[in-house]
Amino acid sequence: MSKPSQENWYAKLIDIALPIFATLAALIVGAVMLLLLNVNPIEAYAALWEGAFGSQNALAETLVKATPLLLVGLGICISFRGDVINIGGEGQMIVGAIIGTQVGLRMVDSPGWLVVPLALLAGFAGGALWGGIPGLLKAYFNVNEILSTVMMNAIAVQLMTFLLRGPMIDPAQAELASKIPQTARLMENFRLPRWIPTRLHLGALIAVVLAVLVYILLWRTTWGYRIRSVGQNPDASAYAGIQVKNYIVLALVLSGAFAGLAGVMQVYGVNYRMITDGSGSGFTGRAGFNGIVAALFGQLHPLGTIPASILFGALLVGANKMQRVVQVPSALVIALNGLVVVFVVSSEIWRRKRQRRRLAAEMALQEGAPGESDGSEAAHYGGEVD
Amino acid sequence: MISDLFSMTVLVGILASGIRLATPYLYAAIGETFGQRSGVLNLGVEGQMLLGAFTAFYVAIQTGNLWLGVLSAMIVGAVMGLAMAFVTVNLQAVQGISGIGFYLFGLGLSDLLFQRVLGTVETVKGFPKFNLPVLSDLPIVGEIFFQQNILVYISFALVPLAWFVLNKTTLGLKIRAVGENPEAADSLGVSVARIRYLTIILGGTLSGIAGASLSIALLNVFQQNMTSGLGFIAVALVYFGAWRPFGVLGGALLFSLVNSLQLWVQVLGIPIPSDIAVMMPYILTILVLVISVSRVRAPSALTKPFKREE
Repeated sequence: MSKPSQENWYAKLIDIALPIFATLAALIVGAVMLLLLNVNPIEAYAALWEGAFGSQNALAETLVKATPLLLVGLGICISFRGDVINIGGEGQMIVGAIIGTQVGLRMVDSPGWLVVPLALLAGFAGGALWGGIPGLLKAYFNVNEILSTVMMNAIAVQLMTFLLRGPMIDPAQAELASKIPQTARLMENFRLPRWIPTRLHLGALIAVVLAVLVYILLWRTTWGYRIRSVGQNPDASAYAGIQVKNYIVLALVLSGAFAGLAGVMQVYGVNYRMITDGSGSGFTGRAGFNGIVAALFGQLHPLGTIPASILFGALLVGANKMQRVVQVPSALVIALNGLVVVFVVSSEIWRRKRQRRRLAAEMALQEGAPGESDGSEAAHYGGEVD
Repeated sequence: MISDLFSMTVLVGILASGIRLATPYLYAAIGETFGQRSGVLNLGVEGQMLLGAFTAFYVAIQTGNLWLGVLSAMIVGAVMGLAMAFVTVNLQAVQGISGIGFYLFGLGLSDLLFQRVLGTVETVKGFPKFNLPVLSDLPIVGEIFFQQNILVYISFALVPLAWFVLNKTTLGLKIRAVGENPEAADSLGVSVARIRYLTIILGGTLSGIAGASLSIALLNVFQQNMTSGLGFIAVALVYFGAWRPFGVLGGALLFSLVNSLQLWVQVLGIPIPSDIAVMMPYILTILVLVISVSRVRAPSALTKPFKREE
C-alpha cells in the first residue's frame, strides 16, 4: 500500500480527534444533565479534575484505577479485532481473581517470588477459562457471544458471593455476625511492590509492558495476523486455509485471560484480599465494562488504550471527589461512559465515509482496477492487514 | 423439606408467581422481537428498562397515579429507542456495541436520578391484584392465572397481538421483509429506515413498560441496577423463541418458572445456597441458546446496517 504520507498523517489525526470529540460531546451532555439537577457543571467538573490529577496521590489513584481498565482493554483489543464481542470482562476478572487468590491462600509457606508469578498466571488461566467457554460455544454452537458472556458474568458474580460468603470466607469474618464477604488477607510477602506512599503498584507497569506485547502479538505474529484476518473477513480467511473456529476461540481465550489478570491484580496489588460488597460490581468496580469503553476509545489499538485507560481511570477517581464536593452521585460517570461508547461507535461513520472516498479516489487513479473489494468494512477499525 | 415443594399450595404458588414473573420478560422480549425481525439487535434493553423502572416509580410516588407512571415509562423508553434508532439507522453504528453504550447510559442515569432525587429506598403501592370476574373463582386455575395485576394480563395479551401484527398485517410483512432482505424491500418502495425507526421505538416503549412492571407492579421498589441482567435475558429469549412471539412466550414462561421455583426453594428453607439457586436461570439461558440457535435461522439482515446504493 503506497499512500502519500501526508494523507496518512491527516487520517491519523482524525482518528485521534474523533474519540476526543466524542468525549467532549459526552461531557457536554453530562453538563446539561448536571444543570437539570441544579448543579453547577463547572464546579462539578473542576472537582472531578482536582480529584483525578490534583495531587501526587490523586494521580497515583488514577493510575491504580487505570490498570484494570488497560488490562481488560487489551483483551478487548484482541477480541474485537477478531470480530468477537466480549462483554464478559466482569466475570472473567472475577474468576481470574478467585483462582489467583486460591494460590496465595493455599501456598502460605512458599516464598513470594514463587507465589506471586504463579498467582498471576493462575488469574490469567482463570480468565482464559471463563472466556474460552463462550468462545467454544460461539465457534461450535453458533451461540451469540454477547449474550453468553453477559450470562457468564452473572454466573461468576453468584459464584463469587457464594465462595466469599461460604468456602472462601475469612475465618475471622466467619466468627462475626457481620460476615463481610471477603477472604483472609494475603501474606505480606505476597503483595505486589508499591510506590510508597501511594497505592500505585507494580501491576501498572506490567500492564504497560503487556500493551506493547499485545501490539506485537496483533501485528507481528501469525496468530495476531490470523485473529485480525478472521475478524475482517471470515470467509476469505477460511478460503485461505485459516481454521476460523480456532481463532474465534483463541480471541476469546486471550481476551478473557487479560481480564483475569486484571482481576487477580486487584487482589495482589490493591486490596490484598478478595472482597465484594455483594453487588454485581462490588469486586470489579465495573472495570470489565469500562475496559471496553477504554479500548474503543483507544481505537482498539493496545498502545492507544494506554492513554484511554488513564482518561477513564481519571473519570472514575474524579467522580468520587465530585460526589463529595458537589454531591453528584458518581453514577454520573457510568452514564457518561455509556455516552462515550455511543458517540465513538457513531462517529465511525465519518471514518468509513472518508475511507470510501479515499478508496474511490485511488481507484480512479489506477484505472481499470477491479472495483469489487469493499475496503470500507475491512478497514473498519483502521487496521491494515500486512 | 423437599417434600414441601410438592404440596398443592406451594405448587400453585410457584405457578402463580411464575406467571407474574414472566411479565417483564414478555414486554421486553416482544419489543425486541419486533426490532430483530426488522434487522436491528437492540442490546440497550436493560438500560431502557432501568430508566423505565425509575421513571414509573418516581411518577407514581409523586402523583399517586400508577397509569401516569406507566405512561411516563413508555415515553422515556420511546425516547431511548429514538436515540438508538438514530444511531443504528442513520449513523449505522455497530449495533452490539452501541447497545452496550445505551445500557451503561441507562444504568448510570437511573442510579444517578435515584440517588439524587429520591435518595432512600422507598416502596410504592403498586398495581393491586385484579381478579377477573368468574375466571378467578375457578379452582386452582383461577388462582394461578386470573388473580394477577393488570400489567400481567396485558403482557400476555400482547403475545397474540404481536403474532397477528407480524404475520397477518401489511406492516408485519414490511417488518419481516426489511429484516430478511432490505434491498428488495427498498426496491419495492418500503422505507427501511422508517420501519426500523418504528420497531426500535416500539421496542423501547415496551422495555419502558417492562421496567415499570418491575418497579410498580412486581416489586414496588426502585433500587440501582434492579433489573440485574433481566434485559439481557429478554434478548436471549428472542433467540430462544426463534423470533416468534409464541416462542418468546414459551421461553419467558420457562425462565420465570425456574426463577419462581428458585425463590420458593429459598422461602421454604431448602438447603441450597441462594447464590447457587440464583445462578440457575443464567446457566439455563446458555444451555437454551446452545439448543435453540442451531435450530433456526436468524433474520438475514440482523445487525447489518442498510446502505442504499446511490
